[in-house]
Amino acid sequence: MTLQHDNATSHTTRSVCDFLQDRNVSVLPWPAKSPDLNPIEHVWDLLDRRVRDRARSVSVDLNNDASLLIDIPDALCERDKVKFTVHTKTTLSSFQKPDFSVPRQHEDFIWLHDTLVETEDYAGLIIPPAPPKPDFESPREKMHKLGEGEATMTKEEYTKMKQELEAEYLAVFKKTVQVHEVFLQRLSSHPILSKDRNFQIFLEYDQDLSVRRKNAKETFGSFFKNMVKSADEVIISGIKEVDDFFEQEKTFLLDYSSKIKDSTARAEKMTRSHKNVADDYIHISATLNSLSVDDNTKVEGRVASDEELKLTELLRYYMLDIQAAKDLLYRRARALADYENSNKALDKARLKSKDIAQAEEHQQQCLQKFDKLSESGKRELTSFKGRRVVAFRKNLIEMAELEIKHAKNNMALLQGCIELLKSN
Amino acid sequence: MNAYIAYKVSTRTTLPMFKNRTFSVWRRFSDFLGLYEKLSVKHSLNGCIIPPPPEKSIVGMTKVKVGKEDSSSADFVETRRAALERYLQRVVCHPSLLQDPDVREFLERDELPRAVGTHTLSGAGFLKMINRASDAVSKMTVKISDSDAWFDNKLQEVESEELQLRKLHAVVESLVNHRKELCGNTAVFAKSMAMLGNSEDNTALSRALSQLAEVEDKMETLHQEQAASDFFILAELLADYIRLLGAVRGCFEQRMKTWQRWQEAQSTLQKKREVEAKLLWANKPDKLQQAKEEITEWEGKVTQYERDFDRISVTVRKEFLRFEKEKSKDFKSQIVKYLESLLQSQQRLVKFWEAFLPEAKAIG
Repeated sequence: MTLQHDNATSHTTRSVCDFLQDRNVSVLPWPAKSPDLNPIEHVWDLLDRRVRDRARSVSVDLNNDASLLIDIPDALCERDKVKFTVHTKTTLSSFQKPDFSVPRQHEDFIWLHDTLVETEDYAGLIIPPAPPKPDFESPREKMHKLGEGEATMTKEEYTKMKQELEAEYLAVFKKTVQVHEVFLQRLSSHPILSKDRNFQIFLEYDQDLSVRRKNAKETFGSFFKNMVKSADEVIISGIKEVDDFFEQEKTFLLDYSSKIKDSTARAEKMTRSHKNVADDYIHISATLNSLSVDDNTKVEGRVASDEELKLTELLRYYMLDIQAAKDLLYRRARALADYENSNKALDKARLKSKDIAQAEEHQQQCLQKFDKLSESGKRELTSFKGRRVVAFRKNLIEMAELEIKHAKNNMALLQGCIELLKSN
Repeated sequence: MNAYIAYKVSTRTTLPMFKNRTFSVWRRFSDFLGLYEKLSVKHSLNGCIIPPPPEKSIVGMTKVKVGKEDSSSADFVETRRAALERYLQRVVCHPSLLQDPDVREFLERDELPRAVGTHTLSGAGFLKMINRASDAVSKMTVKISDSDAWFDNKLQEVESEELQLRKLHAVVESLVNHRKELCGNTAVFAKSMAMLGNSEDNTALSRALSQLAEVEDKMETLHQEQAASDFFILAELLADYIRLLGAVRGCFEQRMKTWQRWQEAQSTLQKKREVEAKLLWANKPDKLQQAKEEITEWEGKVTQYERDFDRISVTVRKEFLRFEKEKSKDFKSQIVKYLESLLQSQQRLVKFWEAFLPEAKAIG
């Protein structure tokens, strides 16, 4: 029987060698520093990849319904613009083909989101928040600084920094693909929104969408609408709530949204400091290149970026989602206000005995709208709650597991270093 | 402001030259500088590497004197105390310096006369003197023996090492600062997590978020301790050695000066001989006598200076080798200590997150 193991100090101690010799186990002669020859290392790599792929989406696995499956398998980065390849697989007859892909830009996603928001019929729904604009500013700036400082660094240091930056760039890239994908998947899994005509156009239309996108004037228009809305919000929040459920929700959401906004900002700051520490370790290790402290830096850097991915992204996503829920509440409150106003108008009309029928009809319409909003609103908010809890659970577990994994890696490395130094 | 800080210096020894086995004295910072000055005056001309004391710090001391009750003054005093301790330990480690009666007096005597003029002679001041002197001294153009290549090489090594250490020190300082920043941000984040947990209406999630807040709080403490260890173990080590390398350079310069003196004596002797030859020709008997006396005098000087040079060369070489050995021992032990501190904090980190995991799993 032949045993294969590498030359780790725990493998080559006298006691182990004696043990193996006693049992007539021969050991395969092994060259130094050759993990690539060791078959088990490739298994770890495969496992790592699989786990990482699984840990991709922030929210729960949305691509459950086989009738409409969407993903973003590919994306290209050209200067400032990211081109996403949106791939759809569907069994629905409303689409022309069962399997197709289209190229889309970030602006197209925003257009889709805005049209959904402005659709009256969806006033009672929580529209998934629009994906944030891809932001390569930070790694690009760092890359620029690195280029300028190249002369002052050793070649090793420069290569290491460059590698880290490339990893950061890649992380930003992956993140932006992920949020855009999640946006589409939220839509496709929503019973009502998935049937939206504009959504279908987005998925299918194989020409450039820019003709259908907002022009500057319209963008301005919605900007002002938002301004007016926030002023209204102040008035609306003073309206007495008729339903306990909504009263509770309103209180909860207002409070929660400010807290989560705060947390997101703090988490961002924290992970940024963590990245700074990791960067410093790169510089240190480059100078102390006699010791193998360099691997430590990679782990520290990865801890920082994993932390960011899990925690910060989770918080950021839900911050936006809460905003969408708040918007729903706002629309409903508005409808309630309209209803109450229409009631008053009806009373006035009755008093004056003028235009009664008109006022009655208007009042009925308002009531209907309000009821519809309340009903779907209740549904949406309940499912939103459930989603949020599940997503938090998933991400908190993953984050804790990653922290533990990285810390254990770190410990192994450090112990190796210490032993090496002590034995010298 | 007459207030000053006194440091307690405790000694425990089995050496017979001391009166007792254990004893303590109180010293102020200027006393340490005074000791350094005395030792430099006596030993640096022999080529000894004299450990330099920590730097003077007007800002730091003023804060303390004004009685600022914050952590920065406490940090300053602690940093200085640790630095003074290392300084003394290096001094007594040195076999020749330990024999010096000034060192013994410093450790033993109850009251020391106030050291004056120490404002000019801090470690940096002495180094400045050395640097100015070295600019004036010309480089050796004639290789006297093979060992001079050795000295040249070593000096170059020292200079490049000093540069490396300075760079490293700057990065470690930045590490300390960033870690302190991380500390602050983690604390703030922990608070906001706690508030979020309070707002959350799902009880299990709320509890998990509060737990997360606690974990992050513990992380903050961890980061703080790590920052302290970064500083005290790593940064101070580097700072000490940057100063020590400066002292080593000073040594080499001393040797240069000795060689210079010898060369100058040789050329003076040559001139005197020429004068003698001229006088022989011109036949001036009384002046000739004087010239002969001067020649004898200078011959003596040349011999003595040559001997001085040889002696200092031997000392510098010995000192340097001792220094290298001490340095590698020091670095190794400090780096091991640092890595162990990193290891410990990772172990605690694992414990924190492992305690949190079941809470996260319990959500829903």
